[in-house]
Amino acid sequence: MANWIINNGLTAFILVVWMAINIFLFLWFYFFYDLGDEYIYTRHLLGSALAWARAPAAVLNFNCMLILLPVCRNLLSLIRGSFMCCGRTMRKQLDKNISFHKLVAYMIALMTAVHMIAHLINVEWYNNSRRGSYDELSTALSNLEDDNGDDDDDNATTYLNPIRTTDITPTYFVFTSIAGLTGVIITLALILIITSSMEVIRRSYFEVFWYTHHLFVVFFIGLVIHGTGYIVRKQWNMELHNVTFCRGRSSDWGRIPQCPVPQFKGGPAQTWWWVIGPMVLYIFERVLRFIRYTQAVTYRKIVLHPSKVLELQLIKNGFKMEVGQYVFLNCPQISQLEWHPFTMTSAPEEDFFAVHIRSAGDWTDKLIDIMQTLPEGAQGPNSCQKYFGMWHRMGVDGPFGTASEDVFDYEVSMLVGAGIGVTPFASILKSIWYKFKISNPNLRTRKVRTQDIYFYWICRETHAFEWFADLLQGLEKEMEERGMADFLTYKLYLTGWDQGHANHARIHSDKDTDVVTGLKQKTNYGRPAWDKEFEQVRKENPTSVVGTFLCGPAVLAKILGKKCAKYSDVDPRKTRFYFNKENF
Amino acid sequence: MGKIEWAMWANEQALASGLILLTGGIVGVAGQFRGWQFAAYAIAAGVFVCLLEYPRSKRAKGTSVERTGQYCFTVCVKSFGPLTRNYYVRAFLHAAICVPGGFMLATVLGCVCLGIASIIYLAAAIRGEHWEPIVPRKDTVRPPPADIKNPPQNPPPRPPPETRRKRVEDLEGAAYDNPIPVKD
Repeated sequence: MANWIINNGLTAFILVVWMAINIFLFLWFYFFYDLGDEYIYTRHLLGSALAWARAPAAVLNFNCMLILLPVCRNLLSLIRGSFMCCGRTMRKQLDKNISFHKLVAYMIALMTAVHMIAHLINVEWYNNSRRGSYDELSTALSNLEDDNGDDDDDNATTYLNPIRTTDITPTYFVFTSIAGLTGVIITLALILIITSSMEVIRRSYFEVFWYTHHLFVVFFIGLVIHGTGYIVRKQWNMELHNVTFCRGRSSDWGRIPQCPVPQFKGGPAQTWWWVIGPMVLYIFERVLRFIRYTQAVTYRKIVLHPSKVLELQLIKNGFKMEVGQYVFLNCPQISQLEWHPFTMTSAPEEDFFAVHIRSAGDWTDKLIDIMQTLPEGAQGPNSCQKYFGMWHRMGVDGPFGTASEDVFDYEVSMLVGAGIGVTPFASILKSIWYKFKISNPNLRTRKVRTQDIYFYWICRETHAFEWFADLLQGLEKEMEERGMADFLTYKLYLTGWDQGHANHARIHSDKDTDVVTGLKQKTNYGRPAWDKEFEQVRKENPTSVVGTFLCGPAVLAKILGKKCAKYSDVDPRKTRFYFNKENF
Repeated sequence: MGKIEWAMWANEQALASGLILLTGGIVGVAGQFRGWQFAAYAIAAGVFVCLLEYPRSKRAKGTSVERTGQYCFTVCVKSFGPLTRNYYVRAFLHAAICVPGGFMLATVLGCVCLGIASIIYLAAAIRGEHWEPIVPRKDTVRPPPADIKNPPQNPPPRPPPETRRKRVEDLEGAAYDNPIPVKD
């Protein structure tokens, strides 16, 4: 239990605070409308359904404000950068932005349902009151005319029941009032957004998800307009018209001095107060993404590796990166609107940035095809620019930082890369290599806290990652020369082995280097035994804080998360494991 | 956007519409709204649409993810043969079902959502998609790979017994070379 607190405590705290705010808003506004004196007459017509509609509305305001913030990735990168002083745990929360976005979305969906049902009841009861189906007081209240006949201002009207005639249906009223029409439109937009965001659709056809999600523009515009109809009405001449005395005397209203005709007015729209800030921030975010897109990107080198892996080395003015960050790439020739994320595999010490792109879908396939058909020695598609105009260019947005940036903050780091997830660690390892080369003193005496790095590379087969094996070979040699062989411990696991592999390995078992990768470190076959690995790390580092970084499948994340909790000690003098996960 | 199976999205949308119709119908009946008969119809229609749409179709390309416990529904839906297999039928069926929902406020949202699902199904049908049931895979026992040999019929070839007997006076000469180096 204590280990869970260390690893998830701050997240749980933030969620509790968020939920508490939701509950507080719900209850506050519920009782405001259910107990307030100025709503006594309104409640006579609508009962508790008034409060049941207004309370979720308040929660909706709050959550619609929150929902835009976790998806402003440039803003989040900025905050992440400025939190360098405030500790790892704070920055870890920013990694969970999409989960929070989804949670807020669920709350919006739930509250929309409650709000809509309550308003269905409200409209029905208003309509029935208008037609005189209820008691005398209800009919009298509904019959109140608009005393400010010559005034065009909607809010200067004095009636209570927004349904002004006796011969319309609730459906007609909803579709002819601002609140009703916008309500239906934005609920429809919300439903389409939700159905296209289901995991099945998102994972298979990202485009459908992404384009339909842009209906949020319709949603927010409609949301701001939704409250401008002055439909929720309260009494404002309470001092002159005593409700307790006058409610039974509706036929005398306006005729006796104690009971002038009750006057009502609607409240102004309030939603825009809540959402204007985040909307502006989000507009900035999109503008920033567009500006970054228009900045010139030149190709330094294009390499086609075996197994359909494309390496692009790009140069962009003013581009500064940290280890393990990623960028979004856009190739207008393939698709004007698609931006795809790729982790950078170059180190910050280099004067270019590189990405390794593996064939994994129609966009990547087309990109590899384009690059393959370029003539040898061409300076990238830009050289053909005068023939093809603006089409041959690459847009780059980023860099955006995720968990790998923190790897040098921990005394000991365990890096686990599964399959294509090894790419952020390519950047980290290259950075280590440069740090060795650039300066003589070893890593331990620099500002960087890292003492030891354990690297676990798990993949089915190494074909697609020969470029990475080359990197490891170089590092291996470097570290041996400097006598720092124990700084980096790495283990490779081939999970796609068969009898042929095993035979081959057995025959060559006494060679110095591994037959598959050519590295000094022998390849292991099968999945790692995590208990053994964690035990080993704990034994070799009895007093350290260990950061565990994973880039790989969710199942592995669960396993590693559990192991981190299991092998952590609450005692701060002993080994503690913190788990960080990349998410794409 | 070449590889989209529109039916997958249509299915999600139709299932959601079924639930919305059902909810609207329940509110209409429970509140005894004017025109509650349409709400009662919406409850039945909503349940029907949910039952029809719950089992996911098998994808033409890629892995299909089943919904929990969908096998019983798959069997029911499969038994209607071409009526449920064909998406044109579904598109027109949903379009027809949704119309009565438009006559009452509580069910109008369900009506519009189901109408949209019907349009997406029409797009799917035009592209030639159809519903395939997901049947559980029967794990066939894989035959052992061809290189597993039968146990040998004959004993291994050995030198004659005289040579095999241990020659204690000449241990060096008695040993023979291993083809594969044996190390500790």
